Amino acid sequence: MEVEELKIKSCITKYNYEKKALISILQDIQEEYNYLPQEALNIVSKTLGIPLIDIVGVATFYRAFSLEPRGKHLVTVCVGTACHIRGAPNILEEFERKLNVKAGKTTGDGQFSLETVACLGCCAIGPVVIVDGNYYAQTSIRKVDAILKKHRKKKK
Amino acid sequence: MINLKINGLEVKAEEGWTILETAKFYGLEIPTLCYKEGLSAYGGCRLCLVEIGEGPKAKLASSCTYPVEEGLVVRTDTRRVIETRRMMIELMLSLAPNSKTIQDLASKFGVTKVRFKVRNEECILCGLCVRMCAEQMGGRAIGFQNRGHKRKISTPFDIKSEECRLCGGCMYICPACQLKCQGPEADTTVCNACLTMDPTCLDYYDELQCWMYNVGRCGTCVREKPEKSDSKEQAQKSKEKQKNA
Ligand code: SF4
Ligand code: SF4
Ligand code: FES
Ligand code: FES
Repeated sequence: MEVEELKIKSCITKYNYEKKALISILQDIQEEYNYLPQEALNIVSKTLGIPLIDIVGVATFYRAFSLEPRGKHLVTVCVGTACHIRGAPNILEEFERKLNVKAGKTTGDGQFSLETVACLGCCAIGPVVIVDGNYYAQTSIRKVDAILKKHRKKKK
Repeated sequence: MINLKINGLEVKAEEGWTILETAKFYGLEIPTLCYKEGLSAYGGCRLCLVEIGEGPKAKLASSCTYPVEEGLVVRTDTRRVIETRRMMIELMLSLAPNSKTIQDLASKFGVTKVRFKVRNEECILCGLCVRMCAEQMGGRAIGFQNRGHKRKISTPFDIKSEECRLCGGCMYICPACQLKCQGPEADTTVCNACLTMDPTCLDYYDELQCWMYNVGRCGTCVREKPEKSDSKEQAQKSKEKQKNA
């Protein structure tokens, strides 16, 4: 994907070139490209005058940011303690099998990225799975197929 | 001037000094690893731990980052401090057993075994290289990345950095990648050769070289003088320890 300097710049102007808005800027860029392209981080570094290494430090610290291209749909399986007890590992395994990727990776056709998270703060409705911002409560192995189908369709 | 007590000694410190700076000023030794004059304090290695406060409220704090306070009571060599310090060295040893700096620390402070999985990462994440690069060399080439067990030091995107001026400052200061231990048993996880050599190359004699060591380290020589209030408690504790041993 081509990184357009103007687009990145507009993400930055929106926050008045404030250094402390770095995380918000990165979020906007990630929204735009689905990941943080190297070129984009270079532009942010030069425009804001923040050393590149500090930006990379922030970008690698938070799990929400990705330095590698992600799939169109993001599947996040909670493997926090509560969800773990209720069978999250099995659900994750099922997703891995169905999508044929390991957690943290993206499918070959660029459709799905599979990620894990440790607790979303809604343990009562666990095991929780999020797909593109939609929460699925009390999931089980049997629901995995339906969830994937629903989101595959959406894009068509 | 701020008045405080270090090891029972009444001392005065300037506003803004750390405990470590004050102790140094008075010639009291506190071991350090990630603290270097000329670089900002980072508090990463926890080797400079001291005990602050008294009685049950006493807690451990890293002296290189803790600013002095009026009336603070500091002890630099209590049993708790020594044991924790040993633990920190043991942990660092499991990360970078090839480092002479850390092997020397192990010998100096009587760490004779490593109970953790040896990881050979050749980096203890002390952050000295990062600070050296940024604060003394005027580069911003390397930094911390990721977090938790994946935390590492690297350049952006793990490729050659445009900002690096190849000054070598980061390698010069690194305790893990400069000197390799050359001792006769250097490839074991804990070398401790310095301990068995005669004359030893250590500048420090601790309870390990004490003839009481194998009998159960009485610790008389390192324990601070019992204060009136808790001398009973201490006597009781040491009795219990002896029983357990
Ligand atoms: S060699 Fe490069 S990375 Fe190391 S201190 Fe110098 S400028 Fe920084
Ligand atoms: S590379 Fe060396 S100086 Fe840098 S953090 Fe690791 S051990 Fe410390
Ligand atoms: S453990 Fe999954 S939401 Fe808390
Ligand atoms: S010297 Fe104080 S924590 Fe490392």
